[in-house]
Amino acid sequence: MTARTTGRRAIAVTGVLALALGASACGSSDNKSSGAQRGSTECADYAQYGDLSGKTVSVFTGIVTPEDALLKKTWAPFESCTGATIKGTFDKSFETQILVQAKAGNPPDIAIVPQPGLLQQLVATGKAKPAPKETEANVDKNFTKDWKSYGTVNGVFYAAPQNASMKSLVWYSPKEFKDKGYTEPKTLDELTALSDKIAASGHKPWCAGIASGEATGWPVTDWMEDMMLRLSGPAEYDKWVKHQIAFNSPGPTAALDEVGKFLKNGKYVNGGLGDVKSIATTTFQDGGLPILQGQCSLHRQASFYAANWPQGTKVSKDGDVFAFFLPGKTAEDKPVLGGGEFLLAFSDRPEVKAFQTFVSSGTWATLAAEGGGGRAVSANRGADVTKCQCSEIDTLAFSVLQDPKAIFRFDGSDAMPAAIGSNAFWKQATSWITGQSTKDTVNKIEAAWPK
Amino acid sequence: MTTTDKFVKMVEAIALFLAVVGLILFLASRFSGRKGDRVVAAVFLLPTAVMVLVGLVYPGVRTIYYSFFNAAGTAFVGMDNYQTIFTSSDQRTVLRNTVLWVVVTPFVATAVGLLYAILVDKARVEALAKAFIFLPMSISFVGASIIWKFVYEYRPDQSGVQQIGLLNQLLVWLGLTPQQWLINTPWNTFFLIVVMIWIQAGFAMTVLSAAIKAIPEDIVEAARLDGVGPLGMFRFVTVPSIRPALIVVLTTIGIGTLKVFDIVRTMTGGQFDTSVVANEFYSESFRSANQGLGAALAVLLFVLVIPIVLYNIRQLRASEGR
Repeated sequence: MTARTTGRRAIAVTGVLALALGASACGSSDNKSSGAQRGSTECADYAQYGDLSGKTVSVFTGIVTPEDALLKKTWAPFESCTGATIKGTFDKSFETQILVQAKAGNPPDIAIVPQPGLLQQLVATGKAKPAPKETEANVDKNFTKDWKSYGTVNGVFYAAPQNASMKSLVWYSPKEFKDKGYTEPKTLDELTALSDKIAASGHKPWCAGIASGEATGWPVTDWMEDMMLRLSGPAEYDKWVKHQIAFNSPGPTAALDEVGKFLKNGKYVNGGLGDVKSIATTTFQDGGLPILQGQCSLHRQASFYAANWPQGTKVSKDGDVFAFFLPGKTAEDKPVLGGGEFLLAFSDRPEVKAFQTFVSSGTWATLAAEGGGGRAVSANRGADVTKCQCSEIDTLAFSVLQDPKAIFRFDGSDAMPAAIGSNAFWKQATSWITGQSTKDTVNKIEAAWPK
Repeated sequence: MTTTDKFVKMVEAIALFLAVVGLILFLASRFSGRKGDRVVAAVFLLPTAVMVLVGLVYPGVRTIYYSFFNAAGTAFVGMDNYQTIFTSSDQRTVLRNTVLWVVVTPFVATAVGLLYAILVDKARVEALAKAFIFLPMSISFVGASIIWKFVYEYRPDQSGVQQIGLLNQLLVWLGLTPQQWLINTPWNTFFLIVVMIWIQAGFAMTVLSAAIKAIPEDIVEAARLDGVGPLGMFRFVTVPSIRPALIVVLTTIGIGTLKVFDIVRTMTGGQFDTSVVANEFYSESFRSANQGLGAALAVLLFVLVIPIVLYNIRQLRASEGR
């Protein structure tokens, strides 16, 4: 053991420490060839997990190529230092499969769940295990209360957050902004003023697309969630998601009307794509592309849209496209809408607990940040951001997610019942774009809420 | 599951199948003589009966049972789900669309197929001409839907923007404004129906062409001697002679149309008021997690298909009896 472990030693449980010492004394002949060696300085952070040689943890996730490789890379030091094997299953049909597996009684040790709604359904099967106290201590230390609450069901903490993504972004062309002297708006009023200014120059400021097969309409739900968070505040937002206030009550209605000021305004949309109705038939992937042709100037979409620009597009502050934070009512007001994943365990074997604790640690978050790509960003404050192989968008997302002033809220439609979150909300939002009034829209969604 | 595991499982399944078949043959061989025949028949019928019961009757009965229950399948709600289908405005749109599909598709597809069959009959390039209209049949519904989605694709008519949809490009060439074909209800349903007709016309043409060729030459000759014109020939000779084939084609396309799902789901996802019963049944059951309403829609579909199937069977019996 080296000096670096002194700090760790203080918090490690004595029994675990004894095991760790034993492990380091055992030599390293059975170690994996790559990466850190057990007992070496790189492994100091992992001493707390003890010797897990010959133990296997099965992990099931909907994260697939190319991000699965990034995820596996973050597990490698844990595997080589503790001797445990992490057996990952990466399958797109995770969301339907995991429920079947849980109900049938053969779930994996760990499921990486991307929606709080699904998490609750899984816990309701009675097969999930609450998070160990070491994991909970990590989460208390590294995450805000909001994040912890998404992994908590009926007051019991189950699932620690993994990665995070940020949805409250507006994409724009830095070059156009520079040439025409536009500046990034800091408040919602400034955003409207900017839109008016661009519209007055004979240009359509906004472009949008919501077509996405049977999920057509979801980008409107993100817009509405963002506006709900900005106009009514996080407390009302939570009530809305939990249906403690009706969907057709004044708050949500005002939020949708606010979205309408942008998306249903013929002067504002749909640059390069047609009239307001064309939003409904434009795929969300194509929605922002007219920015590159100078046909529109602004496009609200999540950070993952960075991967959607054609090859050769430079995504940076002085490049072809970049994004700014969708502003709040005031410059101080920073409500962030986003998503993320949570690690839910179906077993409480020591190696499973150790893995949960590892992923919720700052060590893991730093490893993920170093790996870059789609797995870099998390809301984990233990992450060493200076080591991040981040794109500029990742850096922006990281800085907003870790901003103590920022209030984070999870994508509300992911937490609503399926009849709303993956059906009525999408469908009515689409009808709203093609002409249905705001009042009819919120009334119909309220009527569809399961009794 | 690795590939090796899958192969092992496959071999196991085949071995199990052979074992069951072997067992049945063995049991059957133990009985002989006149009395034994009945037992042998029963032994052979048993597996089929079991499979029909387990795979068809049991799920069918359960679906009917669940259609009287709430979303989670936990509380009895009587006829509520059926009431929803016939009273909620969204569900009524679904019913209207299904009616449009069933009324339009079989007749238009059959008419197109019949006309085409008559036109190319005995023409010099008959085989080639038939191949052209038959080709869409070999494309999957999803593939055809994606092709037609591109045909209907919309881009605004403004400088710097290129049309990528065939239909709108034609309009632009003619000096007209591009249209959003898939949005404006109820016309969008007809644009979806076109896809089905495109696929099914080939099927209708093939069957009807064969039937036309089977019309005895002497009937045609007798009609000609009586001075029947081309229209009369069609009305009094061709159509009555191929009537059984026409009915088979109409009902087959009709049943297929009632169950249409792929086209709607791929092209609009049931948005813009284009949903049909089969698509709605899927969304309610698997996206909305509303088991009860989903089951009720499935039952409705079943009830709608029954009369067509019965008619089909009666016609088949009648033609066999002749």
